Amino acid sequence: MTDTTTRPSASGETEYVPQDGKLLEVEDLHVEFHTADGVAKAINGVSFDLHQGESLAILGESGSGKSVTAQAIMGILDMPPAVIPGGHIRYCGQDLLTMPEEQRRKTRGPEVSMIFQDALSALNPVFPVGWQIAEMFRIHRDMNKSDALEQAVRLMERVQIPGAKDRVKAYPHQFSGGMRQRIMIAVAIALDPAVLIADEPTTALDVTVQAQIMSLLEELQEERQMGLILITHDLGVVADVADRIAVMYAGRLVEKADVHDLYASPAHPYTRGLLESIPRLDQKGQTLAAIGGLPPNLMRIPDGCAFNPRCRMAQDRCRTEVPELREVAPGRLSACHFAEEVIDA
Amino acid sequence: MTEQSVVEETHVQDPHDAGEERSLASDAWRAMRKNPLFWISAVMITVFVLMAAFPSLFTSTSPNQPVLAEARSLPGDGTWFGRDFQGYDIYARCIYGARASILVGLFTTIGTVLVGGVIGVMSGYLGGWVDSLLSRIGDVFFAIPLLLGAIIFLVSLPGFFDSNYLLIVLKVVLALVVLGWPSLARLMRSSVIQVKPNDYVQAARALGASPARVIGSHILPNALAPMIVVATINLGAYIAAEATLSFLGIGLQYPAISWGIDISSAIIGLRTTPHMLFFPGLFLSLAVLAFIMLGDAVRDALDPKSR
Amino acid sequence: MPEVVLSAQDLVKHYPIKKGVLRRTVGHVKAVDGVSFDLHKGETLGIVGESGCGKSTLGRLLMRLEEPTAGSVSFEGQDFSGASARDTRRLRRNIQIVFQDPYTSLNPRMTVGDIVGEPFEIHTDVVPKGGRRKRVQELLDLVGLNPEHINRYPHQFSGGQRQRIGIARGIALNPRVLICDEPVSALDVSVQAQVVNLMEKLQDELGLAYVFIAHDLSVVRHISDRVGVMYLGRMAELGEEDEIYARPTHPYTQALLSAVPVPDPTLRGKREQIVLEGDVPSPANPPSGCRFHTRCWKVQDRCREVEPELELREDGAGRHMSACHFAEPRVIVETTDVSDQKHDDRFASSDVEDLSDAGAGMGSEGGGETTDSPDASVAARAEAMDGDRHVGEDPVRISEDPSEGERPR
Repeated sequence: MTDTTTRPSASGETEYVPQDGKLLEVEDLHVEFHTADGVAKAINGVSFDLHQGESLAILGESGSGKSVTAQAIMGILDMPPAVIPGGHIRYCGQDLLTMPEEQRRKTRGPEVSMIFQDALSALNPVFPVGWQIAEMFRIHRDMNKSDALEQAVRLMERVQIPGAKDRVKAYPHQFSGGMRQRIMIAVAIALDPAVLIADEPTTALDVTVQAQIMSLLEELQEERQMGLILITHDLGVVADVADRIAVMYAGRLVEKADVHDLYASPAHPYTRGLLESIPRLDQKGQTLAAIGGLPPNLMRIPDGCAFNPRCRMAQDRCRTEVPELREVAPGRLSACHFAEEVIDA
Repeated sequence: MTEQSVVEETHVQDPHDAGEERSLASDAWRAMRKNPLFWISAVMITVFVLMAAFPSLFTSTSPNQPVLAEARSLPGDGTWFGRDFQGYDIYARCIYGARASILVGLFTTIGTVLVGGVIGVMSGYLGGWVDSLLSRIGDVFFAIPLLLGAIIFLVSLPGFFDSNYLLIVLKVVLALVVLGWPSLARLMRSSVIQVKPNDYVQAARALGASPARVIGSHILPNALAPMIVVATINLGAYIAAEATLSFLGIGLQYPAISWGIDISSAIIGLRTTPHMLFFPGLFLSLAVLAFIMLGDAVRDALDPKSR
Repeated sequence: MPEVVLSAQDLVKHYPIKKGVLRRTVGHVKAVDGVSFDLHKGETLGIVGESGCGKSTLGRLLMRLEEPTAGSVSFEGQDFSGASARDTRRLRRNIQIVFQDPYTSLNPRMTVGDIVGEPFEIHTDVVPKGGRRKRVQELLDLVGLNPEHINRYPHQFSGGQRQRIGIARGIALNPRVLICDEPVSALDVSVQAQVVNLMEKLQDELGLAYVFIAHDLSVVRHISDRVGVMYLGRMAELGEEDEIYARPTHPYTQALLSAVPVPDPTLRGKREQIVLEGDVPSPANPPSGCRFHTRCWKVQDRCREVEPELELREDGAGRHMSACHFAEPRVIVETTDVSDQKHDDRFASSDVEDLSDAGAGMGSEGGGETTDSPDASVAARAEAMDGDRHVGEDPVRISEDPSEGERPR
């Protein structure tokens, strides 16, 4: 604990202070899953950082490694089968991966916190929701039962659950999908975390409810200046919320850019293909262009650029040489040998 | 669309060579082949089945030829397992006793699978009042304690059934089937109910498939696994049940040969001549164990989640 | 207007709610509560709505997987409900269904050949026994799968490929109508477009009419000619694609459209957001009068008492069906017509073939071929590029079928 970024606070707990506004730094992270059938390389060298008050979207399809990234940051990967053979995840300069488990556990909730896709299975069905929110205060803040419950009601009101006072004793199944998601958000923000990870927070919800939840998340982020990592496959949601976007494919970052740049002129053929393949509500007579094929099997990621078998621009070089994630324009990173061509297209 | 954990995805993706055709059944066989438990139980069962079918392969002594002079002789005194009170060769009786056990076990299993399976499929597939009626009938039989029920059943059967060996076996089988089918029916009903709402069943209905076809090619193949597992384990349990009934004197009776009968007659010499009790008891335990082990191996193979 | 192939008249489906030991019926879930529409030959009717609005039940009613509580479905003028067993079989042949979940819609114990061939086993007169295998292979080819995979099992395919198998089964009997219940919502974004394009191609080639049930309003806009918006078991609005998306008159449609995110950050903050209060009421106890009145910002006393009819109402440029007393058009989505815009072929194509077998190290299922395919595609590419070299062509397609590559899309 000699690190300059941390100092013991009055209560003896470690206090975390961001360096230059940088909350989270992920550096060259690798995650593998060792299964009976072989080794699946879920994440292969992912680096990014997150600043205070910033929302970063991690965009990808199933198997791209976006959820695994979130779980690795939270430290909730099941190990085994998961193995982290390399990389660093620094929170305020402290490497979460080398931290003692006891200390790391204490970061979950007050420092880094997460919202899951399926609120019904993320909430415990046998306890009232108020109790579950209050538990956070009881465990981490040593509050007594009535104070904790009072805080829980206040939080439920904050996440706009109508009649919070009367429903604090209700069970998760007595709420609708949208309300359950609000409760999960309440649990996640209870201890005022600096980083909030939202893993597909609206995928299971209807579109009108999705709009409500996303605007609630935006509001809360603004109010508490949290760093938000939004993990999603939905290009529409991302366009509405994110400041920066990191696109993942087969466990690698293939593009990272400001949201406006990315949509205006993507710098990777995969991003470009994705944008061309989604139908848009505000266009008629659109022809959809699909990316052929499938994402690769993580046990046998193709040599060279992982996207090369599906890429219509692929050259011999793409099949042998893994493209580095490099700066191709100010503030823009792309892992494509021909990124400049793609941007100009 | 949603990202599941990578571990799950890798299961969906097939890492094996393409072009190789594999059904889930052959998949199960593949898993079973690697399981030593399966091979041990398979060898044991083969031996027992051979004993039941061709006892003369194992012994040339007749089990019904008493040598009274050598009665109660110990193992090694001219015979492998010794002789019992009547002077019968215990080894030969153990070998010949396998037939009754295997026959009862096999026929009872076939009987319960057929009756329980058909009733289970009917109540699961048809639902409604048919289901209510069949389930209640099953509950009634389920509520009767096995031994009590079997005693009443066996005692009340007409003497006609005691006329020859097969009929005696059949009598015991009948008693066990009557009392044993409801558990399989329940199991089958619940797995049919689980399979029925699947979209492929709906798709077959949408194509205009007859109920027989829907059940035969879509529901049964996907609902059979739990019943196969339980039926295999039950086979062992029925062998034990037969021995119990014979022990009590209401199952097979002299002159039929059964492990249960031998155990029963050896019980008086528990302290003085324990070998008379030990050998039939050992055979019985091994036979039951073999089928329970096979059932476990089958379960491991058919239920990929436990793998 | 082309002929009507499928017509629903006042369809109602109520599921009893049973309680207690005696299973007494204590109420009804009104899943579908009076829905009528016509489906014309070769058109796509999109049905949108949120979960619990009854759109899936509607699909099952049209398919006759469920008996309607009231109302009728007729195919080419012939009523389903009175049909004899023989006629029912004929009707079944003409209306088929594609399911949402590619993982439960295929029997795991059957090969692809058996699954796609099953329609011929049931309707034995369609294809003679000897020709069935060939016909199944033709179907696989038609939906863009490798016909040689006929002996594989469903678990050897990816979600998108399984959905193609489901479509092949659906079109095997040459139906006139295909009911598609959320056919792409379980698929990855990049695979969705492949399946949507395939469905459009099949519609053109086979003259199919689709009832396309989905919750994704963007996909529905893309594929549909006409769209119906459902709310709590009733149709709130029904009209041409343009009428619904550009000139919606029902407040629910407007709210729904405003909530859909558009993948364009420049519109951030500029789009009008109508945020609805509260949740969808329970279909067991729908509100009186207009079912939307509990969440509507325009609600008047009349809405609580009188149920509005689904009838032609002014939409500013014409009239279309809407079930609101105070229907008035409101522009929610600024529509751009992009029909003359061309895609840059370098990044994606509107091909419908499934390229997974050809790609190097590709996916899951290509399996064995993957090891040698890099060489194969390099060779094919070299061959194709010989002489006239341009980037746009897809090496894989050329290697598969040289004539196909030249065809304008």
